[in-house]
Amino acid sequence: MSVKKKFKGLSDKAVGWLFIGPTVLLLLAINIYPLVYAIKMSFTNFYANKIGREPQFVGLKNYIKVLNKEAIWEKMQVTASFMFWTLLLQAIIGLGLALLLNRKFKGNELLTTLIVLPMMLSPAVVGVFWTYLYNPQVGLFNYVVNFFYDLGSFDMIGSSTLAPWAIVIVDTWMWTPFTMLICLAGLRSVPNYLYEAAEVDRASKWQQFIYITLPSVLPFLLLALLFRGIENFKMFDMVVELTSGGPGSATELASINLKREAFEKWKTGYSSAFAVILFVTIFGFGNVYVKVMNKIKER
Amino acid sequence: MDTSRSYLEPSSFSKKMAAAIIIVYAVVTLIPISWMVMTSFKNVDSAISYPPEVLFEPSLEGYVNLFTNRSRQSQEYLDSLPPPENWYEELVRSREMVITGPSKFLGRYSNSMIIGFGSTFASVFLGALAAYAFSRFRVPLKDDLLFFILSTRMFPPIAVAVPIFIMYRKLGLGDTHLGMIILYTVVNLSLAVWLLKGFMDEIPKEYEEAAMIDGYSRLQAFFKVVLPQAMTGIAATAIFCMIFSWNEYAFAVLLTQFNAQTAPPFIPTIIGEGGLDWPAIGAGTTLFLLPVMIFTIILRKHLLRGITFGAVRK
Repeated sequence: MSVKKKFKGLSDKAVGWLFIGPTVLLLLAINIYPLVYAIKMSFTNFYANKIGREPQFVGLKNYIKVLNKEAIWEKMQVTASFMFWTLLLQAIIGLGLALLLNRKFKGNELLTTLIVLPMMLSPAVVGVFWTYLYNPQVGLFNYVVNFFYDLGSFDMIGSSTLAPWAIVIVDTWMWTPFTMLICLAGLRSVPNYLYEAAEVDRASKWQQFIYITLPSVLPFLLLALLFRGIENFKMFDMVVELTSGGPGSATELASINLKREAFEKWKTGYSSAFAVILFVTIFGFGNVYVKVMNKIKER
Repeated sequence: MDTSRSYLEPSSFSKKMAAAIIIVYAVVTLIPISWMVMTSFKNVDSAISYPPEVLFEPSLEGYVNLFTNRSRQSQEYLDSLPPPENWYEELVRSREMVITGPSKFLGRYSNSMIIGFGSTFASVFLGALAAYAFSRFRVPLKDDLLFFILSTRMFPPIAVAVPIFIMYRKLGLGDTHLGMIILYTVVNLSLAVWLLKGFMDEIPKEYEEAAMIDGYSRLQAFFKVVLPQAMTGIAATAIFCMIFSWNEYAFAVLLTQFNAQTAPPFIPTIIGEGGLDWPAIGAGTTLFLLPVMIFTIILRKHLLRGITFGAVRK
């Protein structure tokens, strides 16, 4: 049966390729080709700043070097703890705000829009202005903390115990609205008859929350955390401008370390191996997470 | 008991409590942004006074410093000059300085505009074509292709930055507007395809089929029937792409220096005497964040869709 023949012009198949072609080609050229190139370089001792020197094949040497380097595991640990605390805080506060906003009081659309503003801003610029808020001499943050609880003088960015919390606070400030918005969508998707049935069965409000609200909002919360997890694993801009990885390497996340190896020390081969390892990690964890998420959704 | 109210509706007391907590949160969360805007209207001294000044005499020093380069001069030299021609020269002179020329800010800001608009247009155009094909035709390996398009978003930008850096150096695209437009177009394409596919799925097929029965070709039907129908979705997608290009930092800082540098890597480098010039940084930040805040308000109905790549539609 050929219905298409009735119409004039190009066939649907031709139009399809014409429409998808440019997108796929561009992605291949600017995304996949560089990735393949990076994988190729990860097996060589290439230095991008030494033009003219022929890179040599070194096998798995770069990978072994990365995995045996203790400093790399420190960066991974910094990244992991940054991810753990930001995701935990954003899940709790975001879900809490969503539950409150779901009470549908007057003006809640306007308030939602206002609360969402921080996450739309440029992370690098956010990083810059928080250095002002955190300034130990004149910062508003320090003033407010001292107003409620006198800590005396403290330096959120200059102290290696406080700096990891400085970046967690800014990330949470910026991205809690993200989890909030997605949880809110989850809450609004729960059909009313579930609660009506629960009321008829004399289930308490608490039981309704545990057996109806939480299970329905959970897939949404998990989706939000997946997005945030991927983003924070790659985190670069906000932290570079806020602490530039310091003091020492207290907030040097994997991406920041990668940038130093690649663009300051110009160890292209080595940093490519590191990049590939990071990419495989994020892809692996992402896949497992999605499988778990789908299992939970099915239940 | 109040029986007129559905028992599903929260009580008015719990509504009020919820509203109160949300209002407090909104106020607290907006303090950092408002503080930066306030700082932009302070003078250099009141920006570094402690305790922080909530009430202050407004000044445009930050904005003047943002747009000019200045150099310090001796009092004798200043006295020898003709009187200042305008208010901003007077303000700079009162600090014992003279204006030596315009700063780079305007150039960086217009770079952000050019690259932002250029890449937004390209990614929405290409994204709309691909989205339409994915939405209407039987494309071989459709799901794999769509996932491939999405997965390009998972690369840490630094991982592909070195090869792109080398590639751009060879092609002469390094530190050019065109190079950055192409790069941001590609980064935005995944979002554009996924979002627009969702919007196109919502337009009934019957519209363009009717047009084709009336003698339109598939291409004509797409441009004359489908695109106008998808306008809201296209506008929302465009704003999301624009915000991304506007805010992007990692590629900008690694791949541009003089010619095509955008505002985000530039704002942190605004340095006054003895450290950072906070009112000027506040001014730069305010001017930079303003468009995004306006966009966010325009977008509010589509926010959820945009931030989840169309996975959650409401």
